[in-house]
Amino acid sequence: MWIYEKKLQYPVRVSTCNPKLAKYLIEQYGGADGELSAALRYLNQRYSIPDKVIGLLTDIGTEEFAHLEMIATMVYKLTKDATPEQIKAAGIEDHYVDHDKGLFYHNAAGVPWTASFIQAKGDPIADLYEDIAAEEKARATYQWIINLSDDPDLNDGLRFLREREIVHSQRFREAVEILKDEQGKKKIF
Amino acid sequence: MKQVPAEYYQLMEQLQAVDFVLVELTLYLDTHNDDLEAINQFNHYAKERKHLKKAFESQFGPLQQFGNSYSGYPWNWDDSPWPWQL
Amino acid sequence: MSTHFKTYHPYVSPFDPCPPILEKAYSTPPNLYMGFQPPNLPQFSPIEALKAGTLWKAFYDPWYGPLEPGKGGLPQ
Ligand SMILES: [Fe+2]
Repeated sequence: MWIYEKKLQYPVRVSTCNPKLAKYLIEQYGGADGELSAALRYLNQRYSIPDKVIGLLTDIGTEEFAHLEMIATMVYKLTKDATPEQIKAAGIEDHYVDHDKGLFYHNAAGVPWTASFIQAKGDPIADLYEDIAAEEKARATYQWIINLSDDPDLNDGLRFLREREIVHSQRFREAVEILKDEQGKKKIF
Repeated sequence: MKQVPAEYYQLMEQLQAVDFVLVELTLYLDTHNDDLEAINQFNHYAKERKHLKKAFESQFGPLQQFGNSYSGYPWNWDDSPWPWQL
Repeated sequence: MSTHFKTYHPYVSPFDPCPPILEKAYSTPPNLYMGFQPPNLPQFSPIEALKAGTLWKAFYDPWYGPLEPGKGGLPQ
């Protein structure tokens, strides 16, 4: 089972009331390479992968839920006190008429999250390469969001999340090395 | 409107820092099962997080529930603020 | 030590409508070069690690946007 902890993984701060940034951030909430996709992709792949790497998929999948909560926190803070005028000026009135301030799993273009955003091929190498690609795509998405944002505190949290993708990619690459290793041979690099 | 004291944020950040080391070491050990030094470091920080959790909870209430934390009276698990409200 | 980005120079046509970007850059983060991580790599302190997003200095590769003046980042 999972246990919730009343604590963010990283102290998220947002310095300016700029609901427009929420429109970009939602890509990492309900987009194809976002945190929800990441968590569900990894946790779901655990059932058809060698035991040696189940722990890694479990732990990275769990960390992704912590990242999802960080993104939700950013969106919440950016939108909670925004007036309808500010919502309009930010270009998020399409979201507002359907959800008000409610968060929803869709991407920056409004496409709702769908299971076809993720893959499970059942082949351990294919799935791990999918995961490595997903981490690099998430890293790139954070780059593009940081490029559009002028909020230094928000970018601080986004930089943390981008760096996590680098470490996750590293671990998935190591998982591939473990699975391709000849039985019983020790690897020293 | 009652807000949390500055100490809340300080203690929370200390816990976040130690927990982050534990996350990093966990992922590392998932692919490096026999790195004894990393395991010793992991156990060291696991102990430290226990102390920090206790210190935080005695002032600000439970961090986890389903019995992973003790409860105050009245039941204080569902007290504000939640992490995204801070 | 590997560099954290690489550059290339796209072809410039006399019929391109926008002022050309002569040099483009892309990220090549440290995980591409690490291989299987060796033991005992230098670490950050816990609070530094939290701020950096990684415990190991070798993976640290921060990204700053063009709207954060003075912080550098990739040449745009
Ligand atoms: Fe990730």
